[in-house]
Amino acid sequence: MDNMIEIRWHGRGGQGAKTASLLLADAAFNTGKYIQGFPEYGPERMGAPITAYNRISEKPITIHSNVYEPDYVVVVDDTLLESVDVTSGLKETGGIIINTTKSAEHLKEELKGYSGDIYTIDARKISEEALGRYFPNTPMLAAIIKVSKIMTDEELLEDMKGSFKHKFAKKPEVIDGNMKALEMALKEVKKIQ
Amino acid sequence: MSIRERLSGNEAAATAMKQINPDVVAAFPITPSTEIPQYFSTFVDNGVVDTEFVAVESEHSAMSACIGAEAAGARAMTATSANGLSLMWEMIYIASSLRLPIVMSLVNRAVSGPLNIHNDHSDAMGVRDAGWIMIFSENNQEAYDNTLMAHRIAENKDVMLPLMVCQDGFITSHSIENIELVEDDKVKEFVGKYQPEHYLLNRDEPIAVGPLDLQAYLFEHKAQQAEAMKNAKQVILDVAKDFEKMTGRKYGLFEEYKLDDAEIAIVCMNSTAGTTKFVVDKLREQGVKAGLLKLRVFRPFPVEEIAKALSHLKAIAVLDKADSLNAAGGALFEDVTSAMYVNNIHVPAVNYVYGIGGRDTKADDIESVYTDLAEIVKNGKIDNPYRYLGLRKEGDK
Repeated sequence: MDNMIEIRWHGRGGQGAKTASLLLADAAFNTGKYIQGFPEYGPERMGAPITAYNRISEKPITIHSNVYEPDYVVVVDDTLLESVDVTSGLKETGGIIINTTKSAEHLKEELKGYSGDIYTIDARKISEEALGRYFPNTPMLAAIIKVSKIMTDEELLEDMKGSFKHKFAKKPEVIDGNMKALEMALKEVKKIQ
Repeated sequence: MSIRERLSGNEAAATAMKQINPDVVAAFPITPSTEIPQYFSTFVDNGVVDTEFVAVESEHSAMSACIGAEAAGARAMTATSANGLSLMWEMIYIASSLRLPIVMSLVNRAVSGPLNIHNDHSDAMGVRDAGWIMIFSENNQEAYDNTLMAHRIAENKDVMLPLMVCQDGFITSHSIENIELVEDDKVKEFVGKYQPEHYLLNRDEPIAVGPLDLQAYLFEHKAQQAEAMKNAKQVILDVAKDFEKMTGRKYGLFEEYKLDDAEIAIVCMNSTAGTTKFVVDKLREQGVKAGLLKLRVFRPFPVEEIAKALSHLKAIAVLDKADSLNAAGGALFEDVTSAMYVNNIHVPAVNYVYGIGGRDTKADDIESVYTDLAEIVKNGKIDNPYRYLGLRKEGDK
């Protein structure tokens, strides 16, 4: 498919990687796209590695398998780099976004010569500053949208404001924090050289 | 104007049930269909439906409650998967033989054991001779559309049979995708009000339901069930025509995807048909004349129609997402090949058992089937018609 973007998420149970993939599907849907958002269900438990997927396209999507050659990979927890082959099948024309504070040299070594773009973001710092707690999925959502250019920053912020209002109808106090987390993440995701 | 939405397959099924607003829903939760009664119970709690929701203590009771409700003259629905359906088994036959048009959402999952919660079609295949109409759905849209059409088919006077709408557990039930919904009032008008001919709560016509039925009549009653199943075929097509008028979405007994001029084709059901379309498009770009027959209506089985649709091909592969463990081949393969044999059509055919217990079926797997078919056309021989797709061999990782 010409313009279908495929994304794979790696996280640990409880960090919200599945939710982030569904939020990304939602946001892309709201900008008129065809979308898929689905987790790979296993024996889920807190802390265990989990995988979730997205497909985003201008045209209807018929394929119903997992994603094996993603355009982008999002790593929500950098401790997974040691145990999971996160760049498996990842296109060299695409990129990987990692929530980490580790050095560029260290990451290049961990990713075993992956020659596509590597982006980093400190989602913990952003989340703790904006929300006062560690919820990495909101900053990671902003980071993947920024990197993949699925939509503009303005479209994302506008759309998420609506989603958060709906999602947090019973705790409106967290809406501003989540919006702040998105804005910070859009600025702070960086490509390593 | 239809409503553009994004829903999972389970949300789609629950939304259809909400719009149908049946008299009774009785269900017991089981993965991966749990969300359907879960969402539906919130609709009940929020007062958006006026359904009597019966939170039963087992699936046997869920089907029993549906039988009781339908016999009384009500419209009843349920949802289940795998071992839930197994536990219903006794009542599944009673529902169809009492000619009660119950509608079930079956979210397909492997029947234990060993224990597995993921998708295959072993649950559905286990009840294929139980006298239920069985309709399969490629995605959330079809799970929704098929559910909206279900009552019109099941409750038709010439049919009066229960009906199950199948979709693939997790693969579509838990995947968020685009969907076009029909407005509530249009659904209400399309589905209509259930007007049973004979029912227990009709005090003008006292009847007994389900009494002893021995040598003198059971045979005739079974023959009537069989006749109703034959009648269902035309009714399914008639209802699909009305549905097309409302939505523009066209449904038949099966979908022929680039099959007209195809030389090789795959026959399969549910979500794998979507992946196969993706592969067919790719192969067509390379000049390979590949096609797909996606079966929608598995019971009644469209014998003549399938035989005719496949008659021009040079080789076909039938994909079964359940093994019959009969040393012969999967159920769909046997039905397809038997349909062709009795219609005196001979096309080389192979069977692939695939996707068991949720083993992911990749585009590459499907492509390998077309490669095998091209080989069969070239060599004119089939060494082993009963094969596996995606099975690990010794030494594989």
